[in-house]
Amino acid sequence: MNIPGNLKYTASHEWVRLEDDGTVTVGITDHAQSLLGDMVFVETPEVGRKVSKGEECAVVESVKAASDVYSPISGEIVAINGDLDGSPEKINEDAFSAWMFKMRPDNASDLGTLLDAAAYQSVVESEAH
Amino acid sequence: MLKRTPLYQAHSDMGAKLVDFGGWEMPLHYGSQIEEHHQVRRDCGMFDVSHMQVLDIRGSDSRNFLSHLVANNVDKLRTPGKALYSAMLNADGGVVDDLIIYFMDESWFRIVVNAGTADKDIAWMEKQATGFSIEISPKRDLAMIAVQGPNAREKVWEALPGSRELTERLIPFSAVEMGTMFIARTGYTGEDGFEIMIPAKAAPFFWATLAEKGVKPIGLGARDTLRLEAGMNLYGQDMDETVNPLEAGLAWTVDLKSERDFIGKAALLERPLKYQLAGLLLLDRGVLRSHQKVSTSHGEGEITSGSFSPTLDQSIALARIPREVPAGEEVRVMVRDKVLRAKVVKYPFARNGKSLI
Repeated sequence: MNIPGNLKYTASHEWVRLEDDGTVTVGITDHAQSLLGDMVFVETPEVGRKVSKGEECAVVESVKAASDVYSPISGEIVAINGDLDGSPEKINEDAFSAWMFKMRPDNASDLGTLLDAAAYQSVVESEAH
Repeated sequence: MLKRTPLYQAHSDMGAKLVDFGGWEMPLHYGSQIEEHHQVRRDCGMFDVSHMQVLDIRGSDSRNFLSHLVANNVDKLRTPGKALYSAMLNADGGVVDDLIIYFMDESWFRIVVNAGTADKDIAWMEKQATGFSIEISPKRDLAMIAVQGPNAREKVWEALPGSRELTERLIPFSAVEMGTMFIARTGYTGEDGFEIMIPAKAAPFFWATLAEKGVKPIGLGARDTLRLEAGMNLYGQDMDETVNPLEAGLAWTVDLKSERDFIGKAALLERPLKYQLAGLLLLDRGVLRSHQKVSTSHGEGEITSGSFSPTLDQSIALARIPREVPAGEEVRVMVRDKVLRAKVVKYPFARNGKSLI
């Protein structure tokens, strides 16, 4: 299973990258895309929107089903990946480069609640049983 | 414990994502559902449909029995091998199942019913058979492989020596026996091709031979988007025991003109008609799904089947909406927490490789 060690994760299958400028970049994991199948539509949040940790803030729809994407931390949406608009299949091709949005965290302490790769791997394995 | 078809191992070996499909462990896709969909529209692909149930009706009363049992008129079946699509109704006129009947001779009709409803169907048929000199035999030793797409027939001819001579002149919607096999020019994709019944033991070898000739395996995911584009109903979604076939796009299969009586006919003649099954084309971005509510100029309706159409590259649906709503009307659909715009269209949406919209 592809779970890069340099990223953080949530139990709801988002990946989070901590950037040097203090923002975080968010996408869905390779495991999540493989469960959903071919992506056909991505709805990203508005730039400037304030979201709380665990709030639904984006939607990915595959041929099979729609699935919510949850904010991994509390903060403000500062950028979205417009490329996904016309090419949602990029999530299937490489889930860890096809980021969905960037956020500025409200509290740096939120970041400590995210899972590391090993902990996320356990989450995925426990779901399989 | 999920049931498995004779091709289970082959699916596993080919990297299928296997899912529970009405109690059967079946391939959803082998990588990409959308690529598989295009593969069938543009070239050809093969589906394991062994979960569907083949039944043989034998006996001198076979025609009379079917004439009583199903809504379409089996008297349309006069040429051996000819097939007929029909609904089988209950006394209230609701749909027990939809099926295909092949006429082989006056004492042998072959029927294919849906997997999820097979046990119910057999029990229903047995119950209706009282007084008819017939026998109903489920053929549980038959696997079924559908090969579909513009190049499907050619590929089958390459894979199956002797089949070309036998099936080259087979007209659409008819079948012929070839030894222990049964080859029908039918399908559920809106493309040309064959559905082939074959003894379970021989199925893995035939599947492997087709694969060697370059025929790609296609999962049930693409089967669903192909049939939706082709405007073909799915039992349990577009109709069920509570639904009037005349409100489910099946009027063309219900014979109310002839004198013949059949189960459900009296009820159908009395039931007022309120709905039609119509096509919807989503104008906004998003994906239509079954059970979403539809608002029209003549009242509410509901999506019965919705998905993304790979051929049209936009979302489409079948919806049960008030009969008065004309094609071309713009309607509103509740998609999750949003109201999206959709256009009512005549379906099918796509067949034979082309968009019809």
